[in-house]
Amino acid sequence: MNPATFLSTSRLVIVAGKGGAGKTTVSAAMAVAAGSEGLAALVVEVDDHGDLGRRFDRVGPLGAREVTLVPATARSAEIRGRAILADRALRTYLDGHGLGAVTRRLASGGALELVTSAVPGLGDLLVLGQIRQLVDQDPADIVIVDAPATGHAMTFLSSPAGLARTVSSGPVHDQAELVAAMLTDPKRCQVVLVALPEETPVNEAIEAAEALSELGVSLGMVVANGCTPTDAELADAIEAASVESGLAPPDIEGLLAAGTYAYGRQVDEADQRARLGAGVGAAVAQLPRLAVDDIGARETALLARTLLG
Amino acid sequence: MSSVLRSVVQTRRLVICCGPGGTGKTTTSAALGVAGAKAGRRVVVLTIDPARRLADALGIDGLTNEPTEVVGVGSDGGSLWAMQLDARDTFDEIVRTWSTEPAQAERILTNPYYRTIAGSLSGTQEYMAGEKLLELHQAGFDLVVVDTPPGRHAVDFLDASRRLVAFFDHRLYRTVLAPRHGLLRAVNLAAQAFLRSAARVVGAELIADAVDFFAAFEGMEDDFRARSVRVQALLGDPATAFVVVTSPRPDTIDAAIGLIARLAAEGRATVDAVVVNRVSPRFGPATPAEDRRRSDEYAGTPLGALFRTRAELHERATADEAGIDALRSSLDQTPVLTVPALPDDVHDLRGLAEVASHMVA
Repeated sequence: MNPATFLSTSRLVIVAGKGGAGKTTVSAAMAVAAGSEGLAALVVEVDDHGDLGRRFDRVGPLGAREVTLVPATARSAEIRGRAILADRALRTYLDGHGLGAVTRRLASGGALELVTSAVPGLGDLLVLGQIRQLVDQDPADIVIVDAPATGHAMTFLSSPAGLARTVSSGPVHDQAELVAAMLTDPKRCQVVLVALPEETPVNEAIEAAEALSELGVSLGMVVANGCTPTDAELADAIEAASVESGLAPPDIEGLLAAGTYAYGRQVDEADQRARLGAGVGAAVAQLPRLAVDDIGARETALLARTLLG
Repeated sequence: MSSVLRSVVQTRRLVICCGPGGTGKTTTSAALGVAGAKAGRRVVVLTIDPARRLADALGIDGLTNEPTEVVGVGSDGGSLWAMQLDARDTFDEIVRTWSTEPAQAERILTNPYYRTIAGSLSGTQEYMAGEKLLELHQAGFDLVVVDTPPGRHAVDFLDASRRLVAFFDHRLYRTVLAPRHGLLRAVNLAAQAFLRSAARVVGAELIADAVDFFAAFEGMEDDFRARSVRVQALLGDPATAFVVVTSPRPDTIDAAIGLIARLAAEGRATVDAVVVNRVSPRFGPATPAEDRRRSDEYAGTPLGALFRTRAELHERATADEAGIDALRSSLDQTPVLTVPALPDDVHDLRGLAEVASHMVA
């Protein structure tokens, strides 16, 4: 499936991957790509000090109140963004279930912390519950979630099914079943895995793809981020410069070493990309390695165009 | 400067590697293990990350909750062992060891709450890592290297055993979940109200299982508390070293600086060394500007492509060095060691030995 079709057929896209792979960047680029396809996007981050705002040239992390990241124009639908935070999600949930008074009384004694530590996964479930609500009610055409980076993103996605089994009745059970049903419905939810084209990240992405398939969650797309294409001209240059010594400047050795090193990394990376594609059994889109480390709105737009090809 | 890590692997008993995710912590831990084994010590590398990274780095098939020897690494009587923490298995072992009678162990191990939830109780994994540390320490290893879980809150690892104890010490736990510790259950109206509210949210069955579990646990909290104190003492021992691992990327440099500051500010640990992995290499003294100019001059010839390539590599190297300078200037005296990006990804013992040679040269 090409990225444009993928975006137009997905209601909820969860962008998952290890920390440092570029999940936030890919989430932002997908939102911009969706916008340029005329799809209004809501992009959500699940992190209290995330960088999502930075990808749109905003200063500081996003809050629970949504903001316009890109206004609607002739060339793009509107893109909005907000954060959902686990610690606030429980309180919101209890308030919404007529348990507000209990909450306030208990919160002072640290009972909420006790409950969230005694029921692991509850925080994740409540965040996903809020996301489910957004998917049902928000006017956006597509909701894009930048999943948490800590540990395995799979813990985040597997907690609803786990809690539905553990908690046998009550509102948490019902919520867990509803969220699990959403996550495992490919018409409603698709996961995008982001990985760097290197040995260990590729292994982890392949493991994550297997874990998703066990959970019954659909893997829609895999993005290899930070790619450097193999430069055939460079390979020819190394060979030619090695023989045509007449042209050679005095520091030809350093030049050849640099070329050989760069080309070696490129070949290695191409192998890893091929291994990633074969291992995950899904289409792999490539995003280039950028010269800058601080990715703002300009870079995000560039990556969005690359995604759409 | 790199003599710091040589001394660490030769003389310390415990090395904690921490730092932001995706910076090669596992590789650094494994490489320190290799260096220790080559220096004649009996070393075990303990990874807490459930991913296969350590097994991959060592080029072996898989790891279990018990140390496995990595053959052909040590010299001078040294050896390298590796293991991957299984928090659930470790918890089961503790329950069997500490329970006052087999019936108590059975009651805990078969409790539905324990079976489905207790293994992932907040801080359990890190607590069990502390348990394993004590066990390995006593099992005759000269050096234990710990590869801590990735994530922003690397400090959590140091706090985990305290947090689990804090959980047992919580007023609500003492009055509600382990009622015999508190007031008489019948008169504890607040506790009853809490249980009823909680049952409305998570269901009565889970609450009943949880109360049973914590009641069955009675008496064992004291062991937890005592072991926690020993883990804290071990982490604060002068024979324990802390190594922060990072990459030259600005975001990870910032994360590393923040981590070191937190460790120091809270008086928890003095960082012995910072390792910056995968620093872009240089190929001669040429500046990027000069190489760009010559790339234009030789445009269309093989040399043009080579000059352009070297300019790009050196631009990356310049950015990496700026990050490392920022790191150095933020630290008073902590040595910063750099490991160059190697032509291939590290995924075998040969690669690890090469990384080790850069760190302890």
